[in-house]
This record gives sequence, C-alpha cells and structure tokens, in this order.
Amino acid sequence: MNVTLSVQISQRLFARLRRRWADYGFMAAFVILILIAASFSDVFFTQRNISNLFRQIVTNGLISLGMLTVILTGGIDLSVGSIVALSAILSSGLQQQVPLPLAILAALMAGGLVGIVNGVLVARFRLAPFIVTLATLGAVRGVVYVYSETPQTPTDPAFRAILGGFIGPVPVAAAIMLICFPLVWVFLNRMAAGRAIVAIGGNQEAVRLAGIDVSRHIILAYVISGFFSATAGILLAARLGIAQPSVGAGYELDAIAACVIGGAVLGGGGGGAIGTFGGVFTLGLIDNLLNMFNVQTYYQQILKGLIILFAVLARRKEQ
Amino acid sequence: MSKCEYLLMQGISKSYDGTQALRGVTFSADLGEVHALVGENGAGKSTLIKILSGAVRHDTGQILLEGKPVSLDSPLHAHRAGIRAVYQEFSLVPHLSVTENILLGQMPRRRFHWWVDWAAAHRQAQAILDELGFTGIDVRTPVSQLSVSYQQMVEIAKAVAGRPRILILDEPSAVLSQEELKRLFALMKQLKAASTLILYISHRLNEVFEVADRITVLKDGEIVGTVRPQDTDEGQLIRMMVGRTLGEFYPKREAKIGGEVLAVRGLSREGAFTDITFSLAHGEILGLFGLVGSGRTQVARSIFGAEPPDAGEIRLEGKLVRLRSPREALQAGIALLTEDRKRDGLVLSCSIRDNISLATLPQVTRWGFLDIGRMDARVQRQVQDLAIRPPQINRLVRQLSGGNQQKVALAKWLLTQAKVLILDEPTRGVDVATKVDIYRIMSDLADQGMGILLISSELPEILGMSDRVLVMREGRLVGEFSRAQASEERLLACAAGLLQ
Repeated sequence: MNVTLSVQISQRLFARLRRRWADYGFMAAFVILILIAASFSDVFFTQRNISNLFRQIVTNGLISLGMLTVILTGGIDLSVGSIVALSAILSSGLQQQVPLPLAILAALMAGGLVGIVNGVLVARFRLAPFIVTLATLGAVRGVVYVYSETPQTPTDPAFRAILGGFIGPVPVAAAIMLICFPLVWVFLNRMAAGRAIVAIGGNQEAVRLAGIDVSRHIILAYVISGFFSATAGILLAARLGIAQPSVGAGYELDAIAACVIGGAVLGGGGGGAIGTFGGVFTLGLIDNLLNMFNVQTYYQQILKGLIILFAVLARRKEQ
Repeated sequence: MSKCEYLLMQGISKSYDGTQALRGVTFSADLGEVHALVGENGAGKSTLIKILSGAVRHDTGQILLEGKPVSLDSPLHAHRAGIRAVYQEFSLVPHLSVTENILLGQMPRRRFHWWVDWAAAHRQAQAILDELGFTGIDVRTPVSQLSVSYQQMVEIAKAVAGRPRILILDEPSAVLSQEELKRLFALMKQLKAASTLILYISHRLNEVFEVADRITVLKDGEIVGTVRPQDTDEGQLIRMMVGRTLGEFYPKREAKIGGEVLAVRGLSREGAFTDITFSLAHGEILGLFGLVGSGRTQVARSIFGAEPPDAGEIRLEGKLVRLRSPREALQAGIALLTEDRKRDGLVLSCSIRDNISLATLPQVTRWGFLDIGRMDARVQRQVQDLAIRPPQINRLVRQLSGGNQQKVALAKWLLTQAKVLILDEPTRGVDVATKVDIYRIMSDLADQGMGILLISSELPEILGMSDRVLVMREGRLVGEFSRAQASEERLLACAAGLLQ
C-alpha cells in the first residue's frame, strides 16, 4: 500500500511539473525573445516598432479568440482564413454602394453566417469539425472569388481613417483587439454559456445529461469564431487599404498555434483567453524579430509549424 | 488437484485507484478441461482473465505455464504464449471483411511476401468457420453488416484461428441463440479433446453446470473454492458466491413512506426493455437489481429522457409528463447519477465548482452572467455536506480520488432539488468509507421525502438500502420483493431466470 501511495503521489507531482514545465517553457521563451530583441536591435523598443507589432498581431489576436472558443468545445475551425477574405472584400466592395456602417455590418453577418453553417453541420449533423471547416474553407474562398476576382479598394475615406488609424500612439485596431480579450475572458469564465462551452470540450455527454443544450452552444462557438474572423478581415482591409481575394490563406495555422502555445488542448479540455493572448503575443514577437533580422517568411512558416508540434507534444499528457 | 497443472496463477493481486480488485489469488487449471469462473459483479473474474490475456498488468504475483514463469505484459505477449480471449466487448474491425478479421495479422501472402493472397485468405477463413460449424457467414461481408450473434461467432473464430492452448470466453452466451449456443458447446468439446484449456465465464449457472469440468468461485477479489459440478448444485454455488457478512454498514433507517412520486407504466424501448411498470413513493428507496445487460441502465436513461422510450407513460406526482431530453426531466424534477462517472457523469478537465454547478447554471444566472458569489456559496455547502476532499472548489476533478469524484457527481444532482433521484451503481469503484457516506446521504435524502431508485449489481447494497426490490431480466421486470422477502439467493436466482 505504501508503495502504491508513493507512486500515486509522485505521478501527481509529475503531472503538475509537466504542465508547469510547458507553461514556464513558453514564458521563458517569451522573456528570452524580448531580451534578444532588446540587445540585438536598437529599433525594437522604439514607439514605432511597438505600435507596428501591435498592429500586426490584431488579425491573429482576433482570429485566435474565435479559434479558442471552438477548440474549447473540442472542435477546430479551419475556415477562419477564408472568412477573413470574405469580410475584407465585402466590407471594401460594398462601401462603394451602401453606407459604411451597413457594409461593415454585412461583412460581420457574413462571417457569422459561415459560423452558423459550420456549427449546424458539426452539432446537428454530427460531422467531424475538421472536415466541415475544411469544406467551408474551400467553399467560402470560392464565394470570395465569385464576388470579386480583383482586389477591392475601400472608397470611404472614414474607413481607413478610423479603423486603420490611431488614438494618440495606439492603433485603433489594436485597441479593439485588446478590448476583445477581456470580453472573451468574461464570456468564458463569468457567463453560463461560456462555462457550458468549456465543459462541452471536456465531456459532451455529461453536459447533455446536465440538461444543457449542447448543439446550441457548439453552434454559438462557431458563430463567435466566424464573427471574430470577420472583424479581423475588416480591420485588415482598413489597415492595408486594399482587400485581395487571396488574403488570409494559412491564417488558421497561426491561430491554432497561438491557442496551443497558450495552453489550449486540441480536442477540448483546456485553454483560456489569458494564455491565448500570451500565445498571440509570442508569435507576433517571433514574426517581428525575424522580420527585423530579414529572415524570409518561408522560414517563419517552418518555425511556426515546429512550434505547434512542440506545444502539442509538451501538453500531450494533460489530456 | 493434480500436481503440475498447465496454468498456475500464484498470489495475484491487483488494485485500481486504491480499490482492491484481486487479493493474492492463486488459481490453477489444466489442459483439456473447461474451467468455469463464477462470481458476482466485481468479484474479480474479469480482472483475473484480463491479467491472463495481457490486457491488464497485475501488481504482485506470478503466472506460470507448464511450471515456467511467463510475463504477459501485453495481448501480444499473451498471444505468443498461446492465450486468446473473447471478451464481452468485441474487438473486431467493423468495416473489414470477416476474412480479414479472422486472419488479422496473419493474412497469407505471395510473391516476395508483398501481396495478400486473397483467394487463399478467404479459403482459410471459410475453412476455420466450417471447422467450427459456424455456417451461414459469407467471409467477404464486412463485419459491421453481420448480426451481433454472427459477430460473436467471428470473434470466437478469430480466437480459435490462433490455435490457442488457453481460450478465454467471457460471457459468450449473452448474445447467442439456443441453437448457436449448442454449436459453441460442441466446439468447446472438440477443443477440449484437442487438449485446450477453456476458461468459461458466465452468469448463467445452468450453462456452467452443462459445460464445466470444474468451477471456481470468486468473491470480493478472493477465491472461495473450486468444485466439480457433480459434487454441488446451483443453490450451493449461489451461497458460495454471495455468502458474506451482511450489512453492518448500511445506515438504513425506518422509512417514512409517503404518497406516490413517480409512476411508470408500460414503458418500452425497442431492443432494450419491454413493458416496465412500477411506482415509487416519497421517502422510499426502491432497489432495481439485474445482471449486466438486463436493461436496468436503459430504463433509468429512458425515465431521465436521455434515450426517450418508444411507448409507455411516466407520471410525476400524478401528473403525466413527456420527457424527451434530460433538460425536460431535470425541469420536471428527475435526476440521474450515471453508472460511469468518467464517461458521462463528470467533466474531468473542469473544476469541482464547474462540475457541481453544471446542472443548475440557470439558477445562478442573470442576463447570461453568473452570480459567482451565490454559485460558490451553493457549491461550498455541498462540498461541506458531502465532505468532499480536498475542499478547494477550484481543484480539477481529474485530480480527485474515485470516491470524491463520485461525491462531486452526486452533489451536482443534489443541487437540482429533484423529487426523484435515480442512482445507477452509485458506489462502483468507490472506497469503503465513501460507500458508507453515500449510503448515509441516501438515507438523509429519503428522510427529506425524496424518492430514490437505486440500481446496483451489488446485492448487499440493494438488500441493505432498499425498502423494496425489483428484479429485471432480459429487459423485463421479473420480480418484486419486499424488504422482508428479499434475500441474496432469491434475487440472484430470480435475475438468472431460475425462479419464477
């Protein structure tokens, strides 16, 4: 009995150490990255670069919030990049015909609509999230090209001036993203729907037996994801001043990476808004540094792929 | 017993999460015999054969074949040692053909060993089935298209195809028809003549008497004895299986039984249970006993709306209700503690707080936002009342012991303030101290007027806690006993179909 007890205790300690090891590992990497940046580059800590860094992580930050919500239910949303393109091109194109707020609203609703389609197929028809969102990734990209094969340019000057502009030194888009993180935290931790979403990823059947409508909450998660991706697309179009139909390809990779680095467990059962913010920031920092040192984007992609694998590996035991 | 038997398992112990499943069991059996293992649920039969077939590792003890120690760390090791098992749960690959399933891992090859020789494979598989006398199965069909009893035959054929020295059959008769069972028995005779040891596990004692050369009885993780069928009878065997000191730890109080709270009439669900009729009163603990597969759990899930019934009616305090989902059942005042807390009772990756509050979130929600203070106060009270350890509500449920996990699952339903509480195996995999806690809670709840339906495979628990006992067999209610009438022998005989 003594032996089994000590084995149990050591297993428990080991499990905890393991988790902390992964979390501390990423925190340490984060600090080291900042130190590298500070010592090797004199432009890093300039206001201009910090402001740029924040503008660059807006897209991934918003998409990751949606991705996180979906991952928490035990699913995954691969269609985010196509939704970014859809909302970017709709918001830019429609403002030539209708007032700006209407164009923006239409783009957001388009994102939410894709989310409803994803969610209904996953929750009501019980299809695998990977397959469903892979299909919508393709289909929505197709819709984007049907709408416009050529880049759309926003015509309303207010669009770029406001959404692509600054309040003092702070980019408006970054401010929007920074507000969204605590909102999602509150949703996931202080609202009944959020708690249900977190629990669904841990054990869907237990949640159903607790009298909670599982399908509705899964659909909600995909709608949230579609909505955040659409927001990201609008802000991206406002920053760049142009909406390419090809924009957003591969964005799902960055978002999944950010969530996993931040502690999310693919398949459900772990993750949160604070961790995800850490993941988004870390990835942004890596991009920023590699750009500063003129490393080709292809290498950045290899690095991101490796980081995802490493993060998943490090957290494997927690499931 | 002869001196040097082929199989000797010596001093085998095994515990799961602190529950002792086997306590230093020494078991031996020889080639050319059918050796039956019998015992109540949880007696340790399954654990013993899982250890022998390499599915589970034992904590202490050793296994000897022909007097030589062997290590059976995985099913593969066991296969190599000539041990094959047919479990209650199938291990077939559904979308592959019968041939591939039978010959899995040993398909005949040709040309440099690269190509599968399909013609030879089908011939071999067919030959095996023919030899076993299992006719009517086309070896080319995917297993998923076969009926359950045919699947069982394929499973047996697969095990026999490996030419085992030791063949383990775990409840093989559960899904077979009379005719198929006869063929299986004939097959067992053949294998026996060919010097194979067959370990046969069954709840059906009449079968055991028909085929076994020796019968070993297990109880509470220990061996009670080994007997020859000609030296004993079913009555004696049942006494060996159940004969234990009853109930000092059942804090059952005199019930103040009130008016009817739940009435179920003619409840049926295709393929699960038929024409279930009973009633439950305020303050009553109604036991529901039956062997595995008798349909107890399905009845509970139907009443709870998790698998709505096809026919029949449910009345709550005289009012007819239609429950098409757990949500509606909860709103009507029925709660169900499921039998497997890890599968569908708890969210292991969430905290104690999340789990306990899961079924009652609407009660602490305003405009979608949770009133954390009120929620925590309610959760804290449950943690204190049920003495959940550790009492930190932020602790993940995964980190708790089995007993405390069960209390968390129970606490979730207590918060719903249900009128009817269905407990499906409430003390499975739980330590003795927690068992007593759970029994005390049950008594308290009954005192407060709750109607409790207690489903259990543990006879002492049923007898110790119930005011009345229902018995189910093969999807039907086959007996009702008052607390005074009920005895272990009677209930078991009734559940096994020996008593009318």
